[in-house]
Amino acid sequence: MSASTIAAADTGHAHHKESFITKYVFSQDHKMIARQFLITGILMGFVGGLMSSFFRIQLGFPNADIGFLRPILGGWVDEYGKLDPGFYMSLVTIHGTIMVFFVLTAGLSGTFSNLLIPLQIGARDMAAPFVNMLSYWFFLMSSIIMFASIFISTGPAGAGWTIYPPLSALPKTMSGSGLGMTMWLISMALFIGSALMGALNYVATVLNMRTKGMYMTRMPLTIWAFTVTAILGILSFPVLFAAVILLIFDRSLGTSFYLSDIYTAVSEGVIHKGGSPVLFQHLFWFLGHPEVYIVLLPALGLTSEVMATQSRKPIFGYRAMIGSILAIGLLSFLVWGHHMFLTGMNPFLGSVFLVATLIIAVPSAVKTFNYLATLWRGNLKFTTAMLFSIGVVSLFTSGGLTGLFLGNAAIDIPLHNTYFVVAHFHIVMGAAAIFGMFAGVYHWFPKMFGKLMDEKLGTLHFWLTFAAVYCVFVPMHFIGLDGVPRRYYSFTDFEEFNQWIQLNKFISISAFVGMGAQFIFLYNFFNSMANGRKTTRNPWNSNTLEWTTPVKGIHGNWPGEIPTVYRWPYDYSRPDIELDYLPQTMSDEDIANKIDYASETYDPVLTDEKPIRGETKHSHEEVIMLQLIEQKKNKNKDS
Amino acid sequence: MSISIEIQNKEKEQFGMNPKKFSLWLFLVSLTMLFAGLTSAVVVKRADNNWLEFHIPTIFMINTVVIVLSSITMQWSYYSAKKNNLKNNRIALWLTVVLGIAFIIGQVMGYQALIAEKTFLVGREINGVLVSNPSASFFYVISGLHALHLFGGVIALAFTIYASYNYRVHSMSMVGINLCATYWHYMGALWVYLFVFLNLIQ
Repeated sequence: MSASTIAAADTGHAHHKESFITKYVFSQDHKMIARQFLITGILMGFVGGLMSSFFRIQLGFPNADIGFLRPILGGWVDEYGKLDPGFYMSLVTIHGTIMVFFVLTAGLSGTFSNLLIPLQIGARDMAAPFVNMLSYWFFLMSSIIMFASIFISTGPAGAGWTIYPPLSALPKTMSGSGLGMTMWLISMALFIGSALMGALNYVATVLNMRTKGMYMTRMPLTIWAFTVTAILGILSFPVLFAAVILLIFDRSLGTSFYLSDIYTAVSEGVIHKGGSPVLFQHLFWFLGHPEVYIVLLPALGLTSEVMATQSRKPIFGYRAMIGSILAIGLLSFLVWGHHMFLTGMNPFLGSVFLVATLIIAVPSAVKTFNYLATLWRGNLKFTTAMLFSIGVVSLFTSGGLTGLFLGNAAIDIPLHNTYFVVAHFHIVMGAAAIFGMFAGVYHWFPKMFGKLMDEKLGTLHFWLTFAAVYCVFVPMHFIGLDGVPRRYYSFTDFEEFNQWIQLNKFISISAFVGMGAQFIFLYNFFNSMANGRKTTRNPWNSNTLEWTTPVKGIHGNWPGEIPTVYRWPYDYSRPDIELDYLPQTMSDEDIANKIDYASETYDPVLTDEKPIRGETKHSHEEVIMLQLIEQKKNKNKDS
Repeated sequence: MSISIEIQNKEKEQFGMNPKKFSLWLFLVSLTMLFAGLTSAVVVKRADNNWLEFHIPTIFMINTVVIVLSSITMQWSYYSAKKNNLKNNRIALWLTVVLGIAFIIGQVMGYQALIAEKTFLVGREINGVLVSNPSASFFYVISGLHALHLFGGVIALAFTIYASYNYRVHSMSMVGINLCATYWHYMGALWVYLFVFLNLIQ
């Protein structure tokens, strides 16, 4: 038995023996839960992505015979090889739901909050590891229910990812309003449970369990982003839950919270009176808008960290970054009405939402400026993660600019429900957040799996995806400006609609290329996990605490004590330091003693035994043995 | 290798609060948002000018008194645990459970009284067809959700009583009962708010 495992056993977190089940399935270790979230998220991402390919076939090639898809889509392709229109609606709905909630909320926040919060703040695990495990299992259950709903005979939910009533409230309105919608609601109720349990843990851990010296103003920006994200989740998901509860009552028990008098014709046995579908929109978008930032902020946080590390420069405007994260978080609660300009709201109220919306451009611009200033004259290392981070900034900027159009009520009213909106939010929230997630995966893959991902394949993956995203969504703006409405199954019924068919074909082909590029990622991910190059402990020469833990992660994270933090995380390229980075664990004394923190055996806790640059190095286990002997000596002295 | 090194594993409480307690408070924040969402939905709906008014039976007033009383007994049990008076602690815990269950039964009786006054969850019957209207439905859903959460509190109390009979509730081990008391007081205060709100909105 090696000394390090004994030390780990004494940390109080690893007393139990770990069988296969407790280690890989019902694990309470945050690192394993992060990997579970990531792999579930990636699989769900491919389900959602393939769906977009299916409906892009319909949009780009409306007259094509898609009989060859019958093995996958089964009865949803009719005898003439046409996609079922109801199923088209379901595809759009489930694509949106899976991408927004299952990939970009749980897959992104769940993975990286779980992985990085304890590691970067210096904690052994989450505040409540059991609740954390429960959070994953609720997420998995909800994923399975959502996935299963694709295979039922009436098809999955088809009311759009925003599930507006009456399509979602009256089970008989369309095929996607029946059992599929019920399963959607059950799945989302579980999902909300999962998101809340996760968020409670993240906030409690960050505020209570930071290591010595890790002040709030010494936390990496990732942690700031995750914390604000979690707070947004705690405040906004319960409101969606309230909306879902009322919707379930409307559907199943015959109340009419959301059903006004005009919908009486379709319902059976109950006559609905006095409800208001706008009420649902208010409740939904009170979650819906913060949700945009729940998706985006973690991606921006990951970007900050990757960018500072790979530019070998301190992040520009650290406090301004924190301020803008907080400002975005606060403002996100005041702007939900800009999704509802068409509901006939009081023009004064509309202008209040308008102003609040446009103010978000200020903190967003601060962030963008800081990213560019961080890159400026940096010693850029174009790793795949870095490329994706730069991609985030590019997409965040170009997507944000169209947000200025849509934030204006006067321009939003004609553009609402057109492809302009689709293009806008796919760039600024969808693609930007996915890019942030990719940056995170490529950057922290060594931490998660002890291997490096293939950089060549990664670069190919980046360029194909980056080109595809712009080729898909830039033309979409023009279609939207022409007034083409979203969610329509076919544009072939009217002659004048045919003028967009060539553009739609281009978009579809670009989308297929983009989807194809993701299979490179999938291959790279699983292949690197098995056959990747072994990583060193700190492959990117990064300053943050997670790179001081052993390559092969252990339960409790650090084999010995948790290291103390002496500085902020962005001390890159300091002129007075020999190397171009300086870990947070290095005290001024350590610097004066020329402690070799680049060494594989550097242990931030054992300052006395630390190998000094140029001298004989002890192996990690030898260092711990020395510590054991020292402690035993001290004990004998005392007694 | 039988040397075992003692590694300090003190989870630092930088926020000055036990992480479990802090998590509970965060959970209460999310509950607040749930009920804030529902009550603001009522306010928004009320502004539509087709609101139907109905009479709220007096039994809900009695229930309000019961839940406030249960909060007092809960606090009594907390203080007796702090003073290591285990006998009083148990009595007070049992009293709280009884009052809590009485509240839930009272709510059900309240619903029966509402139904007797022809105020239904789904609505009124006109010419043999149910006509549904949200004003009463809101009352049922909001108070029902509260009762459901209060039932969660009763379960927490049951665990605390079990712990108390195993001598795990005393001045040196207050976290459990503290969490339970916090949740219970919150549920009491929430009902008082909801009761006032639902009366005022009529």
